[in-house]
Amino acid sequence: MEKLYFKFTTTQPVTKFVHVGVVASGDLEIILRPNNHSYSTLNIITGSDGFKSTWSNVLSRFFDRYPLQGDFEINDFGATPGVVNLRLSQVMEVLKNEQ
Amino acid sequence: MTNKNHNWASQRDEKNLRMANATSIINNKFVRTENAKELLETLIQPNDRVVLEGDNQKQASFLSETLASVDCARIHDLHMIMSSVSRPEHLDIFENGIATKLDFSFAGPQSNRISKMISSGILKIGDIHTYLELYARLFVDLTPNVVLVAADKADKQGNLYTGYNTEETPVIIESAAFKNGIVIVQVSEIVDKLPRVDIPSDWVDIIIQSDKPYQLEPLFTRDPQNITELQILMGMMAIRGIYEKHHVQSVNHGIGFNTAAIELLLPTYGNQLGLKGKIVPYWEVNPTPTLIPAIENGWIKSIHSFGGEVGMEQYISARPDVFFVGKDGTMRSNRAYGQMAGQYALDMFVGSTLQIDKYGNSSTVTNGRLSGFGGAPNMGSNPTGRRHSSTAWQSLKPTDNPLAKGQKLVVQIVETYNSAKKPVFVEHLDAEKVQKEANLENVPIMIYSEDTTHIVTEEGIAYLYKTNSMTERQEAIEAIAGVTPLGLRSNAKKLNQLRNKGIVALPEDLKVNRLAAKRSLLAAKNMEDLVKWSKGLYNPPAKFRSWS
Repeated sequence: MEKLYFKFTTTQPVTKFVHVGVVASGDLEIILRPNNHSYSTLNIITGSDGFKSTWSNVLSRFFDRYPLQGDFEINDFGATPGVVNLRLSQVMEVLKNEQ
Repeated sequence: MTNKNHNWASQRDEKNLRMANATSIINNKFVRTENAKELLETLIQPNDRVVLEGDNQKQASFLSETLASVDCARIHDLHMIMSSVSRPEHLDIFENGIATKLDFSFAGPQSNRISKMISSGILKIGDIHTYLELYARLFVDLTPNVVLVAADKADKQGNLYTGYNTEETPVIIESAAFKNGIVIVQVSEIVDKLPRVDIPSDWVDIIIQSDKPYQLEPLFTRDPQNITELQILMGMMAIRGIYEKHHVQSVNHGIGFNTAAIELLLPTYGNQLGLKGKIVPYWEVNPTPTLIPAIENGWIKSIHSFGGEVGMEQYISARPDVFFVGKDGTMRSNRAYGQMAGQYALDMFVGSTLQIDKYGNSSTVTNGRLSGFGGAPNMGSNPTGRRHSSTAWQSLKPTDNPLAKGQKLVVQIVETYNSAKKPVFVEHLDAEKVQKEANLENVPIMIYSEDTTHIVTEEGIAYLYKTNSMTERQEAIEAIAGVTPLGLRSNAKKLNQLRNKGIVALPEDLKVNRLAAKRSLLAAKNMEDLVKWSKGLYNPPAKFRSWS
């Protein structure tokens, strides 16, 4: 198990609490809470050690496309980069649907 | 000038001589089970070309075990021709000094061992063929001296019933029976009257009842329980962005959870989109259980199959409008015709792979694993002589050339990283290294870049057929390759340029809602659901049963 922390400068503050995904094998859950900073924080607990640079790549690309601002809590149980990206994109879609 | 003493029937004489040497153990074609080894030691000679039937599912397991046990002082240096190398004794034959050379198509379960045997020099590879290449060569320069095949039943006259699992038995037997080869068949049962005749007795030289029925594997069964939401998302994109967009009418699905997901989305997502009756009524595919909901829901008009699938027998017998079923009520499969249909009759092939390189070449041969490819290279190639009028084939025709042809759709669906978190998109295929290690003439590529028209990942679809240079093709692949090293070469600007040209589509471009990609969208969530859809006619093998 590994704990990771990331910070990204972002521009689109979220106003709602969002929860997607589940902590099941090959999957992860994402909990997003609004914050008052000009950046996003990500606290990640992952069951797969040694993938920090892959996480960094997935997150950079996501925030590049969708600069959502908030505090992210991610509990990962061996999700592939593809599944991580799907769950992040689903957060974006939940927020879009509520607009 | 001809020599009037020239013997133009030397091969026939040779066959008759060998058969004469075995008369003491042959009783009107029939040989007793316990005499099998003596029979093979009498009829097979050193350096013979021998076809051993190992299909995807059906295995001539009694004859392969017997061959692995013969005396290598009497029989050696055989050249084995096998479409599928799947049982341990298939390679014991080489380790025991009985055979030295191998031509094959597929080596799934034995792919690690075969690699090691090549590098230690125990085994020499002729070629790794596509199925059709291998069958075709049986009629040209690989005509066999002896063929060892499997049938379900024989009657007292020696006619054969191969029934549901006919697969490649007819094509193998034909290559020997009419070119002085010896046809040896293992049968599970000898009966007075066959359900139907699949092979006439006239083509058969020897029949041996096996000690137990031939081995049969349910290779094409995928438990819907294991389908992920990512696979569902890719399936939804494929249905919208490919099946619907190109009005695809006829299709082959490779084995795997990606294609199983699509099959289970047709009666749900497909119906929501109003696509029933508009796409994929015609199939060339093994009778995979995940097609049951689409069949029952009225999506499918016809399915022809390469082989059978364990547990589907009763269901198929009850659906003769859909499947190819004999008067006796059992399906007739035929691998050679199936492969032919895949190349020349289908609008589209959809499959998956382990690696895709920067150009779009793909392979399931990875380091230390010489797997071969099964049907994919035939299904996943574009026969350039075709001239189809179907909407799908025509839709890939370039518009700037009046003499241009259409193209078969060849689609690869992959997640950018595999479940072990290794990138699927790579700079160089492992296959390039394997070629050198195994001293092969060709890099073992499964599907070539030029034949690949679409790649689907969780990121989106790359419409490779629309690219007009290799650079653009590479950019399109990079744009959907996620955060793999290849994918990181792309950026938001390049992606948007490709989206504007219609070369790349993201889920939002296809109006696919990622939040809808849920397991609840599958028409069947587990094996029990499939049994219910089949009205109890599908009978899953024990290993797929989690209920009583």
